[in-house]
Amino acid sequence: MAGLELLSDQGYRIDGRKATELRKIQARMGVFAQADGSAYLEQGNTKVLAVVYGPHEMRGSRSRARHDRAVINCQYSMATFSTAERKRRPHGDRKSTEMSLHLKQTFEAAVMTQLFPRSQIDIYVKILQSDGGNYSVCVNAATLAVIDAGIPMRDYVCACTVGFVDETPLADLCYAEEGGGVSSLGLALLPRSSQIALVQMDARLHQDNLDALMEAAMTACKGVSKVLDEVVRQHLQEASMLARD
Amino acid sequence: MLKSKTFVKKTRSGGVMKVVREHYLRDDIWCGSESCTECKQESPVLQKDACIESNLCSYPHYLIPDTNVVLHQVDVLEEAVIRNVIILQTVLQEVRHRSAPVYKRVKDMIQDKEKHFYTFTNEHHRETFIEREPGESANDRNDRAIRVAAKWYSEHLKGHQPDGDELRVVLLTNDLGNREKAKENNLLVFKCEEYIKSLIANPELVDRLALSSDDQNDITSNKVLFAEHLPLSVIQTGIKNGSLLQGTFRASRDNYLEATVFVHGGGEDATEVLIQGLQNLNRAVHQDVVAVQLLPQSQWVAPSSVILQDEGEAKDENANEEEDKLQPFTAAQKPTGKVVGIIKRNWRPFCGMLNVSQIKESTRHLFTPAERRIPRIRIETRQASALAGQRIMVAIDGWPKHSRYPNGHFVRSLGKAGEKDTEQEVLLLEHDVPHQPFSQAVLSFLPKMPWAITPEDLEKREDLRHLTVCSVDPPGCTDIDDALHCRELEDGTLEVGVHIADVSHFIRPGNALDSEAANRGTTVYLCGRRIDMVPELLSSNLCSLRSNVDRFAFSCIWELNQKSEILKTRFTKSVINSKASLTYAEAQMRIDDSTKNDNITKSLRGLNKLAKILKKRRIENGALTLSSLEVRFHIDSETHDPIDLQAKELLETNSMVEEFMLLANISVAQKIYDEFPDCAMLRKHPAPPPSNYDILHKASKSQNVEIHTDSAKALAYSLDKASVEGFLYFNTLLRILATRCMMQAVYFCSGMDSDFHHYGLASPIYTHFTSPIRRYADIIVHRLLAVAIGADTTYPDLMDKHKQSALSNNLNYRHKMAQYAQRASVAFHTQLFFKSRGILNEEGFVLFVRKNAIIILIPRFGLEGTVFFDTKDKSAPNLVFDEAGPTLKVEQHTFCIFDKVKVTIRLDDTNIQHQKIRMALVDPVVRIHSRTSAASSCALLKNGNNVFIHLPF
Repeated sequence: MAGLELLSDQGYRIDGRKATELRKIQARMGVFAQADGSAYLEQGNTKVLAVVYGPHEMRGSRSRARHDRAVINCQYSMATFSTAERKRRPHGDRKSTEMSLHLKQTFEAAVMTQLFPRSQIDIYVKILQSDGGNYSVCVNAATLAVIDAGIPMRDYVCACTVGFVDETPLADLCYAEEGGGVSSLGLALLPRSSQIALVQMDARLHQDNLDALMEAAMTACKGVSKVLDEVVRQHLQEASMLARD
Repeated sequence: MLKSKTFVKKTRSGGVMKVVREHYLRDDIWCGSESCTECKQESPVLQKDACIESNLCSYPHYLIPDTNVVLHQVDVLEEAVIRNVIILQTVLQEVRHRSAPVYKRVKDMIQDKEKHFYTFTNEHHRETFIEREPGESANDRNDRAIRVAAKWYSEHLKGHQPDGDELRVVLLTNDLGNREKAKENNLLVFKCEEYIKSLIANPELVDRLALSSDDQNDITSNKVLFAEHLPLSVIQTGIKNGSLLQGTFRASRDNYLEATVFVHGGGEDATEVLIQGLQNLNRAVHQDVVAVQLLPQSQWVAPSSVILQDEGEAKDENANEEEDKLQPFTAAQKPTGKVVGIIKRNWRPFCGMLNVSQIKESTRHLFTPAERRIPRIRIETRQASALAGQRIMVAIDGWPKHSRYPNGHFVRSLGKAGEKDTEQEVLLLEHDVPHQPFSQAVLSFLPKMPWAITPEDLEKREDLRHLTVCSVDPPGCTDIDDALHCRELEDGTLEVGVHIADVSHFIRPGNALDSEAANRGTTVYLCGRRIDMVPELLSSNLCSLRSNVDRFAFSCIWELNQKSEILKTRFTKSVINSKASLTYAEAQMRIDDSTKNDNITKSLRGLNKLAKILKKRRIENGALTLSSLEVRFHIDSETHDPIDLQAKELLETNSMVEEFMLLANISVAQKIYDEFPDCAMLRKHPAPPPSNYDILHKASKSQNVEIHTDSAKALAYSLDKASVEGFLYFNTLLRILATRCMMQAVYFCSGMDSDFHHYGLASPIYTHFTSPIRRYADIIVHRLLAVAIGADTTYPDLMDKHKQSALSNNLNYRHKMAQYAQRASVAFHTQLFFKSRGILNEEGFVLFVRKNAIIILIPRFGLEGTVFFDTKDKSAPNLVFDEAGPTLKVEQHTFCIFDKVKVTIRLDDTNIQHQKIRMALVDPVVRIHSRTSAASSCALLKNGNNVFIHLPF
C-alpha cells in the first residue's frame, strides 16, 4: 500500500487544511486558582495544561540562585492517557528531559528575569492529549500561563512546527504528518521583533530550502501570536467585568 | 472558513490501534465548472458546453466515474473524446491504494488541459463529506460518498443555466446496487458499457472496454482448469509462518510450461523456486508477485533444457495433453513449488498480434504477445479483420479459473506488422524505452536560439580555444561528446586534455528537461534511428563538440611524462574550439601518413603513443579484452533497407580514444569519491561467481586447453595463450564464451555499497564521465565534479544517497533495456537482410549444446541460431545428451562445443509476428530432417559515437 499522501495535487493536506493554515487554537487562562498562573490550550487535538509558580524564593539548593536574575525551572510531562497506547512513564525519560530543557531555554530568552534576582520561576506543562507539535503547543500554553501569573515578558513567545513536503513548507504539523517522513523544524519566536527564542531541527534538509522553511515558520508563529493576543484580551475583559461586579 | 470535526478510525498494524485525526471541512472548495457563478474559482476546468454526443444524453453533461470504472476502464477514459470528467477525491484515493500505474495515468489525464478533468476534493467539502455509519463497510461508505457528491453537483449546477440546455452530471458505475441507490436519489446513472456504446461516431471505443466481471461468465465454459487462488489474508499468515514464500514470477523464455520464482528472502540469500506445469503455474504472468508453496522433496525436478513453445490451438482441452510432454528429469533437482496465490499483478499493455479466429463471425480471438514469456490473451473485438496483420496492444483484464487463457481488451493499433516503423515502435514499447517526442514543458528549458557565448560565461571558464583540439568518432556521428588534445610542454612532459561536452551547463537540476533526461537515462541507438536522451538542439548542436565552433566543455587535463605516468591532474570548465572532427579511419590515416606534419596529426601521434603505453599497463594489471561479434549494416540511403552486413573492424585509433576516456573516467571517479564519499555516482563490475565459468571450462577442456579463472589477470593471460592448431577462430569463440560468463556492470551510489572494484577494467574505482550527451549518469558525475572544483553549487537530491541510489537503479534498468532494444533492432535488420538474400550457405560453429538442440554461431554475420532435433509431428530421432561434455548424440553423430558445421540460412516468414531466421544443417548430415528455429543475433551495434562497445561493461 502506498503511504499517506501528505499534500494532494489540489493543495490539501490529510486533514483538509491548506499548506499555510494552522490548526484551530482554543485557549483559556486562569484555569486554576491555587497556582500563580495557569492556562489550558488546545491546538487541534493537542491539548496542554500549563501552570506557573513564582517568582518566589529559591527552593532546594540555594546555590543555584543567581544574584542578577531569576532562575527558570521547567518540567514537561505527558499524561499516561495522552497517546493512543498508554504511556508507561509520564515524565523523566530522556525525551521529556530534553523538552524541559528546551522550554527553559525558550523562556529564559523571553521572560525579563533580571527583574527578579535571587528568585525562581517554575513552569509546569502537561500534555493531556498529544497530536503533533508538542513542543510548540507547550510554549504557547506556557506563554499564556506566564502572562496569567503577571510575570513581565519581552513579548509573547509563539512557537510553531513546520515541515517540508514536495518543495512546500507545511505549517503546524499534526501527528500523522510528523510521522510521515517530513523534515520538521520547531521555531519559537518573539513575533514583534522577529527575534528567535529557539529553533530546533534534527532532520535532514538541504540548505537551499532552509530559508523558505524559516519564512513559513515565522509567518505561522505570527499567526499564532494573533490568536494568543486575542485570548489574553478576552481574558482581561472578562476579569475586569468580574472585578467591576 | 474552518469547520472542525474529529472522527475516530481504527487501523490494524500488528494490533488494533485507535487513531484520532482531525478533519477540517471547508466551504471554499469550488465546483470547477465554467458555467457556475457561485464559486469564486480562478480558472475553471470543466467546460460550459460539455458535449459528448451520445444517444443516452443529448444534453451537455459532466461524467463522474466511480472507482471501479476508473480502475478498469482507464483505457477508455484516456480517449480524447472523453472530456469534462469529474474525478472525486474518494475515487482518486481508492485508485491510489489499488493500482499505482492507473493512478499515475489518471493524474496525467488530470494535468492534461485538453482533457478537462477536474478533481473535486469532496472529502474535505462541508456538504459532501459523510461519516461511515455503524454497520456500513468502507466500500459502501465510499459508494455513498460518490453518490452524495454527484447529488451535490447536480443540485449545485441546476441554478446556473440562464439559457439553453441544462448542464447535468452523469454517474458511471458498473455496480448494480450502487446504480439502484443512485436512481432512488434521482441521479442520472449508467453502466459504463451502456454509456460508451451510446456514443455516436465513436464505435471503436467499444473494443477498448475492459470486460467487467459479470460479463465473463459467457466467454468460456465453466470447466475449472486452475486451483482457486488463496485470499490475501491467508497468504499473509502463510508467509509469516513460513509455509508460503513470496517472490517475483519469471516465466521461462524458452519453455512456456516452466517458470522460476525469485524469492526475496528475509535478508538472507535469495532462493529460486522452480515451477513446472500449467496447473502449478496457476495463472501467474511474468513479473507478478506471487505466493508459492514448496512441493515435497520427492516431487522436486530439474529444469528441463527442452525448448518448448506454446503452439496449441485455442482449445482448452489441449492443456492436459501438453502436460505429459514434460518428463521429469533426474539430474540436478531444484526446489520445486506451485503458485497458490497472487500478491500483486504486474500487468502492462502488451504488444503483439491477433490470431484471427477460424470462425468468421466470432468476436473472440486469441492474441499472441511479442514477448514469449507472456501467455496468449483472449480478447473480444468486432474489427478482427481490420486488425489481422497489424501489431496491436492489448491489456489483460483478468484470468478466471476456468479459462485456459487470460481475458483482455484491445488498447490500440501500432501499424502493419513487418513494416520498419511498426516493428521499431514494438521493440521500443516492449523494452520500455521512452520515445515520445519531447513535451513543450521540456523544450521550454532549452536555451533560446540564436545562442552565443556571453562575456559572463567566458569569465567563469578557462579559454582553451587556442589549443589544437580534435574529436575522433565513428562515421556519421552528430552527438560528439568528447574531444582530445596533446601538446609538448617546455620541460619535455606532455599535456593531454580530454574535453567533454558540458551538458550540465544546459540541463539544470530539477527542471522538466532534467527529469525527462533522468527518466530516459540513456540515448538508445537502433539501426538507422537514434532515440535521444536530450532534445536534438542540445545533442547535435549546442553540446556537440563540432569542429570550428566555440563550445563549452568540461576538461580534464593531465601532465604526463614520456612513460605515460600522470604527474598532475586538473579539472576545469572551459571553452574550446575543435579544429577537426575526424572519423576513426581518417585519424588512422593521418597517423600513418608520414608526409603530414600539421598540428592535428602531431597531436594525434602523441596521443597514440601514450595510449599504447597506457593500454599495455592496463593489460598488465589484469584488464580483460573480451569479444562479442559486432556487425555493421550498410543501409541504403533511400529505402533505409540494409544492403550489406559486415563485421566491424577495430582500428588503433579506436583504442586510442578508449584509453583516454578510461583514464578520464578513473581520474574523475577518484576525485568525486574523495570529495563526496557518501554520494558519488560510480560504476562497478562485480567479479563473476566461479560457477559462471563452468561452461568455459568444459568448452576449453574439450579442446585440451586450460583456462584459469582465479582472477581477471589469470583469465586474461590464459585467454591470450589459448589457441588450437589449425583453428584460427578458436580464440575469438573462447572470448565470446568468456563474455557470456561476465556479470553486468552497474551504477551505484558510493554511500550504499562498499565494493567498488571494476573487474573487467581491473580498476579499483570507475565511473562514467565522458558521454553526458547520451548517458544521464555522466551528467550527475559532471555536477558532482563541478561542485568539487567549485564551479557550481549543489542541490538537495545530489547529496541524498537514497535518491542517488534510486536514480542509479533506474539508470541500470534503462541501460539494460536499451541494450536489449539494440539487439532486437539488429536482429530485425538481420531478418530484413536475409529476406532480400534468399537462402545462403554458411559456415558456423557450435556455441552451446542443449538437450534437444544445438546453438550455432555464424561468424560472418555475428548471427546465432538454434537447430532443433526433435519435432512435434515427426518421430523424434535418437537423442543422447551428456551433461558432462556437454555433448549431444544425434543418431550417429555427436555434437560438442566448437564443432564446425555448415548450415543453410533463410528467413522463415510463415509466422509474421516472430519472423525467424531458420538454420538447417548441411554438414554433417543428420539423417532426420532438422527443424530449425529461433535466431537472434548476439551482435551489439551502436551507430553513434561509442568507445567501449566490445566490452560488456
